[in-house]
Amino acid sequence: MGTTATTARAPTFFDEVVAETPGDPRLETCLQCGTCGGSCPSGADMDHTPRAIFALIAAGMKDAVLRSNTAWYCVSCYYCMVRCPQEIHITDIMYTLKRMSIKAGLYKDKTSVPEASDFAETFINYVETYGRSFELGLATRYHLLHHPLDMIKMVPLGLGMWRRKRLDLTPRKIEGIQQLQAILTRAKELGGAA
Amino acid sequence: MKYSYYPGCSLERQASAYHQSTMAVARPLNIDLVELEDWNCCGAIEYIAVDLLPAYALISRNLALAANQNGPGNHQLVAPCSACYLNLSKADKYMSDSPELAEKVNIALAAGGLSYTPGTIRTRHLLDVIVNDVGLDAIKERVTNPLYNLRVAPYYGCVVVRPGFNNQFDDTEYPTSMDRLLRTLGAKVIDFPLKSHCCGGHMTQISQGVALELIRRLLKNASDYQADVIVTLCPMCQLNLDAYQDSVNKHFGTDYTIPILYFTQLIGLALGLPATELGFGKEFVDARPALARIGSQPDMTDTAGLRRDKKALPMPRMTGEV
Repeated sequence: MGTTATTARAPTFFDEVVAETPGDPRLETCLQCGTCGGSCPSGADMDHTPRAIFALIAAGMKDAVLRSNTAWYCVSCYYCMVRCPQEIHITDIMYTLKRMSIKAGLYKDKTSVPEASDFAETFINYVETYGRSFELGLATRYHLLHHPLDMIKMVPLGLGMWRRKRLDLTPRKIEGIQQLQAILTRAKELGGAA
Repeated sequence: MKYSYYPGCSLERQASAYHQSTMAVARPLNIDLVELEDWNCCGAIEYIAVDLLPAYALISRNLALAANQNGPGNHQLVAPCSACYLNLSKADKYMSDSPELAEKVNIALAAGGLSYTPGTIRTRHLLDVIVNDVGLDAIKERVTNPLYNLRVAPYYGCVVVRPGFNNQFDDTEYPTSMDRLLRTLGAKVIDFPLKSHCCGGHMTQISQGVALELIRRLLKNASDYQADVIVTLCPMCQLNLDAYQDSVNKHFGTDYTIPILYFTQLIGLALGLPATELGFGKEFVDARPALARIGSQPDMTDTAGLRRDKKALPMPRMTGEV
């Protein structure tokens, strides 16, 4: 009773997540119904289901959220997103959590999934250099880094791909690569979501 | 009808069978596909996981190029790859919804002398164009070699039917476009329960155990329904189910040998195009034994093979249901 605090509060972790997600992700409308986790193909392998992650976000448990493997195990199939009765942009929030966990440096923690973020970073490195993805380079560099002992197991698949003419040995570069790099550099300077 | 065509990185090499068969069937179906000049990667699901604004700028360069190439009037961009289709339509939708995002993306594009007004380009998936623009009646007229006796599992995968940013053309969980298309081609289409479940996407690289289980479910389901082939519309689904089928068999002690083909390859066969023009032979699981089953028209009056017995209550049946 009595005085009501009307002063602006500091942005919470919840606010951060919403601000870093494009458009209006509707996260505050979560009912904790669990339809997302029940629909998720990799839910069983996640530390916390999407529903639990949203509760952790609301509780401000930033560290637990960004250290968990949940976002990295999201396969981007959008099953949760079309089923969510509140139309929350769940998949986009998972992308936000991935970016925040890289930014916070927490993804390198062994409890998280360092492979997943390195895979993404190796992928975009090729795109930024050539304008197109390069599967052979991506697979080689990524697996050398993370599963060097398993490289031998990759050989039959790689050879099979090559024999069936499904593998480029050299990357393809677009003509407007300088234009693309200028655009990406500018975008990085601008930063932030909207 | 004329469209801009965005093949995407996969179709350049890994999924060249998809590109080749798309080009081969486009001519007889009167689809004029003009490749978008100097397009760049859509970023797949990787770029957005690292950096937001550059990811949207990367996608938007393609939308800007498409708007420039088409001039006023023609604003349709066709993508055969699920991820490309999703990224292009999603970026457009979110920029339409958020003027602030559109403005920032345009500041970035301006560094490369480009600009894009959200909503200018309508991104379509190839299946949508074939089923809804060309139409099943027109396709039926051109079928010369019906795929009789071939039991097919129509596999849509996840994102083509899922969020449908701006242009939802089928149900999000129980799509039927490809079912109807394949039935038009004369194939026996099974009612495939996992038709819109995920193939695991990039998890084959990151956490193979998770991916192999998802692939196993799909193969088992198709095999339970005695499908001869699984028909797909996505290069990622094709790669995972085809190239990793051997890994699934080793991991789970199974012995699946189900060929994974693109729907455009089956259209080509039904239109009587030579297999050499349709990219056959690039699949890991040999498709020839399955395709050898294509034969003469089955006797439709034979009710012995019906799923429901005579004592069952009468139920509605779709034409050509098996």
